[in-house]
Amino acid sequence: MAKRERSRRHFLMAAGAAGVATFAMPYIKTARSAGKLLLGTWDHWVPGANEVLRKVCEDWGSANGVEVTVDFITSVGNKLLLTAQAESRAKTGHDIYVQPLWFPSMFRHRLEPVDDVVGDIIAEYGALHPSAKFLAYLDDAWRAAPAPAGSLNYASVSRLDLYEAHAGVDLKTIFPASEARDPALVDSWTYDAFLAAAEKLHAAGKSFGAPIAPTPDGNQWLAALFAAYGAEVVSESVEITVDSDETRTVLEYLSRLTQYMPNSVYAWDDASNNRWLISGEGSTIFNPPSAWAVANRDNPDVAKHVWHHDTPRGSKGRFRADSPFFWGIWDFSENISAAKDLLRYVARRDVVDTLVSASKGFDIPLIISHYQSNDLWAKSEPPHGVLYNYPIRGDEQPVAAGYPAPPEYAAQIMAQGIIPNLVARVTQGGDSFDDAISWAENELEGIMRG
Amino acid sequence: MTVGVAVRGLPERAPSVRRGRFYLWLRRRSTIAVMMCFPLLAIITCLVAYPFAYSIYLSMLNKAETAFVGFGNFLFLFKRETFWLVVQQSILFALVAVIFKALIGLIAAHAVNTIPSKGQRKWRGMMMVPWVIPPALSTLGWWWLFEPTYSAFNWLLAEFAVPAVPWLSDVFWARFSVILVNVWVGAPFFLIMYLASLKSIPEDLYEAASIDGASAWQKLFHVTLPMMRNIIAITVLFSIIVTFANFDIVRVLTQGGPRNSTHLFATYAFRVGIESGDIPLGAAVSLFMFPALAILSFVILRNVRQRTVNI
Repeated sequence: MAKRERSRRHFLMAAGAAGVATFAMPYIKTARSAGKLLLGTWDHWVPGANEVLRKVCEDWGSANGVEVTVDFITSVGNKLLLTAQAESRAKTGHDIYVQPLWFPSMFRHRLEPVDDVVGDIIAEYGALHPSAKFLAYLDDAWRAAPAPAGSLNYASVSRLDLYEAHAGVDLKTIFPASEARDPALVDSWTYDAFLAAAEKLHAAGKSFGAPIAPTPDGNQWLAALFAAYGAEVVSESVEITVDSDETRTVLEYLSRLTQYMPNSVYAWDDASNNRWLISGEGSTIFNPPSAWAVANRDNPDVAKHVWHHDTPRGSKGRFRADSPFFWGIWDFSENISAAKDLLRYVARRDVVDTLVSASKGFDIPLIISHYQSNDLWAKSEPPHGVLYNYPIRGDEQPVAAGYPAPPEYAAQIMAQGIIPNLVARVTQGGDSFDDAISWAENELEGIMRG
Repeated sequence: MTVGVAVRGLPERAPSVRRGRFYLWLRRRSTIAVMMCFPLLAIITCLVAYPFAYSIYLSMLNKAETAFVGFGNFLFLFKRETFWLVVQQSILFALVAVIFKALIGLIAAHAVNTIPSKGQRKWRGMMMVPWVIPPALSTLGWWWLFEPTYSAFNWLLAEFAVPAVPWLSDVFWARFSVILVNVWVGAPFFLIMYLASLKSIPEDLYEAASIDGASAWQKLFHVTLPMMRNIIAITVLFSIIVTFANFDIVRVLTQGGPRNSTHLFATYAFRVGIESGDIPLGAAVSLFMFPALAILSFVILRNVRQRTVNI
């Protein structure tokens, strides 16, 4: 009897221990070990692009036994940022989350390092876009990998017919839809030449329009202009350098340029410039091809005269603002292994080509070889080759608002709209250069605090 | 069965007394009242007290949320030019909006009160519409009317050869616009409160005043307003607090622009805390007006209580 009891006790103990061991044992998942993966990504502007991305991810999930769910989150009202803030603080939510521009820096402490993934991608497909490392390689680790969709830049988007009729400028000859550029002509497209054209177009009732407000578009086109004259607000070595001759040169330039812009630009949002061009009122905006794509649908007479091309050159070179998108894995994800496999998969050339095609050329891959080998932009129309120069083809250097300040500061410089507000203080508020710069210094001190 | 009888038969005097006291305590009206308050207390604790305490805690951390800095964030704000602009704008916004809401509410309440009760309901309903629509939605409608380039108002003005008004791009007009929308949304609240108050004033008082030969203005100042004083005080207090805390109107219409001139505490806190990632400083901004509003609430509510006791 005693023996039987002991035996039963042993059996129960052994069963209990086995149960505990089963639950406590680290369960290492891989893509093929099934599980769930929740992806939160940007709700694309281009109709139809979301569905293609969903299918790509779900097909991969089906092939690998992973249940993939894709949530498309709008950037309107900063919902993308709000969701990221909420998830990073609550430590729950998606496994993979889209990380545009400065997000990898803002959420670096919550992002699983993906050096192995990015290393594999570079080894397979070659170098990434120059901005990628600056934005996503933080604290000696890659915090996010290139997203297959969403990356964009702010090309000049101009009306060929208006430039030719009112400014005497043939933009298509300067920036043709081929490699056959005339360097002298390209070199002649400076901010001074742009100012002269803007004056003539304004006189013809077809002004250049861009927001001078703390929106992404407002920050970005001004950042490219500041960089073209060597003006920076905070240096790479984290010093406030806004009080400079270069800044004064840019402010002087903008004092003249804004005379030829609509007064409403101080209240524009990121859709206002699109509407400005699509309505037929505007002659130039700085934007990705969304304005052209919508004009193609809503106002084809405008769309057939639109041309995407390089930004003007300043005394320190030619810069184009860009906004790379990454996908990062939250460190609280329960399926990091599968998430990494998905990041590797969506970097494949065929996948990226599919998504670029779905976005009608809006997305520019961060993997250089992927966009160099894709002829979608060259074939785009109307007019033929309208998007050829949307990916950077010439001497432009990518830049983002806040650069060259380290990302953690640059993100705040952009979010608080230091550059647009500095400009607006001078061009709308009538502040002297010194007063406006002094205000910016005061604001930047706030950003730099520990 | 035997066991059961034995158990029931056991002398359990002491436990029985204890249970009886417990049941008596449970049946006390004060105990029941407290227990019935528990769900509300739990909600207030979770949704008000905890977030409030947590925001105070956050506001006392450094930017990286790794060290306690006491009132450092508040002292830091004192040195920021934009922050003082936000303080100025918030006070301007709240005072002007509340004054106009109170005035319009009072006039509208009197107007509705004069309508025969048969047709009054539909007027009351119609005038409540701005307050009932979610403000983010109605503000979006206003944004279309004010749109910087293609404003519907400006289109109408152009029909009469009136120059376009820079509703959202000029500092003065942008402030005007956000206050206008706030007044539009908030005036019905004053209307309904004042209307309820007006209906509670005994008709005898007006009859007595008429017999004494009082004019309409005299009735207003010597009968109506004194009788409405408590409701006015509470409504104004509530509105000041809510208007200071406004977020959606500015967020949708101007996003704080142009040149940060329309930011309120809530929108600036959002910009600094959420958009810039400096949560502690954002928490400090959002808490900045708390002491002033708490003192204001204390003073107004104490006066209301004293008047109620006197009555």
